[in-house]
Amino acid sequence: MTTPLKDVTPAERARSTSFYEASARTRLELLLDAGSFVEFIGPEQREVSPHLKIFDLPEQFDDGLVVGHGRLDDAPVFVAAQEGRFMGGAFGEVHGAKLIGLLRAARQIASMPVLILFDTGGVRLQEANAGELAIAEIMRAVMEARSAGVKVVGLIGGRSGCYGGGGLIAGCCSALAVSEPGRIAVSGPEVIETNRGVEEFDSRDRALVWRTMGGKHRRLLGAADVFADDNVQDFREAALELLGLIGPFALDSLKAEQERLADRLSRYGACLDAVDIWTAQGIAHAETVPELPADQFITLANRIGRTSRDAR
Amino acid sequence: MTLDDILASLFPKGHEIRNDKGVLLGSATLRRGDKMLVLGVADRTALGVDEAIRLSGHVLASIGRDSGPILVLVDSDSQRMSKRDELLGLNEFLAHLAKVLIHADMNGRPTIGLLYGHSAAGALLATGLATRVLIGLPGAHPAVMDLPSMAKVTKLSMEALEKKAKSTPVFAPGLSNLVQMGAVHMTWSNDASLADQLEVLLADMPAARDQRDTLGKARGGRLKAADIAERVRDLALQAR
Repeated sequence: MTTPLKDVTPAERARSTSFYEASARTRLELLLDAGSFVEFIGPEQREVSPHLKIFDLPEQFDDGLVVGHGRLDDAPVFVAAQEGRFMGGAFGEVHGAKLIGLLRAARQIASMPVLILFDTGGVRLQEANAGELAIAEIMRAVMEARSAGVKVVGLIGGRSGCYGGGGLIAGCCSALAVSEPGRIAVSGPEVIETNRGVEEFDSRDRALVWRTMGGKHRRLLGAADVFADDNVQDFREAALELLGLIGPFALDSLKAEQERLADRLSRYGACLDAVDIWTAQGIAHAETVPELPADQFITLANRIGRTSRDAR
Repeated sequence: MTLDDILASLFPKGHEIRNDKGVLLGSATLRRGDKMLVLGVADRTALGVDEAIRLSGHVLASIGRDSGPILVLVDSDSQRMSKRDELLGLNEFLAHLAKVLIHADMNGRPTIGLLYGHSAAGALLATGLATRVLIGLPGAHPAVMDLPSMAKVTKLSMEALEKKAKSTPVFAPGLSNLVQMGAVHMTWSNDASLADQLEVLLADMPAARDQRDTLGKARGGRLKAADIAERVRDLALQAR
């Protein structure tokens, strides 16, 4: 006699699914309350990029961004998830416009939060001008939504990280959750190496990439508020936690951010490596931070790390 | 036109703008006598954490103290590409500068960007593209991405890229492409007084609402963006 397979609850499935490995659609399905996701302009409408054919490149029916609404612990939320496996999750005209429309609606409603699941290398080169402008419009739309009282939360833990203009949009969000592989930066490792030489940044030195741009450093620095383990359930819990913490946005938030960033420059501006910054933060054996398992790291980060609460 | 020529033509009544290693900070007197806050990046300087924090600080210090519009002059490199800048969180510093400009614009301090030289990528996002109205001066040569880098990534020859660039404004560098996309609202003339042109603009500033996508559609540069954004907005409003 065989024992019947136990039903796997959505939470268990989300707990056992790597956020890093999952597709944008799987992330949304497991992040939100089961069955609650409804997409706007789904792939069946085939709203593809009008520019990729100039380069004989394949299109994707959702242009690499999934937007819609759903529920998180029964509360309605808007969501946008980038697909890092399509053109590195890069921003093009259609991809960007979907997020802009979502943020404009959120601003009008003024009470429904927006979750952005970043997974992007930045501007899509083949439509660089449209992508750059879309990012500028998104930054403006995020700030207009936040000024109207909307909470905008960024979740960062995908294959493509959060680079280029994606990093600037992340910097506009009310709060961020990041996992260890979720890198946040403007210039990517290869871009720095190409422009400044391998002595400035060796893009093949993966340990250097993680400790300079990775989630642990961003959490300790106060760039991200919550550190998530690399599974969808952890990101769900992080999103819920952040939605409960975010305060109103006003001029004082920007004044506090100015102070927070200026303070960072004066404390760590002369540091040459992330390990020097962590040591200056008072972490003993800072060189072991990259190896710490998530639970131990979170304990350390909560004790030592800064947060950007009310200062972003 | 050099920066000095531009400032002289913009502000015949005088200005107090200092250029400290490519970071422009100060204020100027407008024709009608009121003050305008001025900041910017000059001499094709890269925008890194040290520059960005001074620019955002200059704007924040004027909030509540001064009134009037804000001018952002742009002749920059890209964002500073360095280990140190990324280590310290360049994305936050650039975002912060953009946020401060956007917040000022939304709260009674209309922002104008004046692109008179080069700019690219993150530097353009944090300065000119974070203003309400971005003006281009003849000779400005922005490049979101330069063609040699694009050739490397797309594995196409420069000749092939240049040929494609003739058929679309969507990827190639240049002021006229950014005008067609709706990123640059208008170009001014070097032959007329810049003060006159500034006065005309200030007398009839567009509303603070972001209209760059409709501008891009009207100019044939971005045919889908405005409609897609509008459709998503409508669907989202129905869904609440």
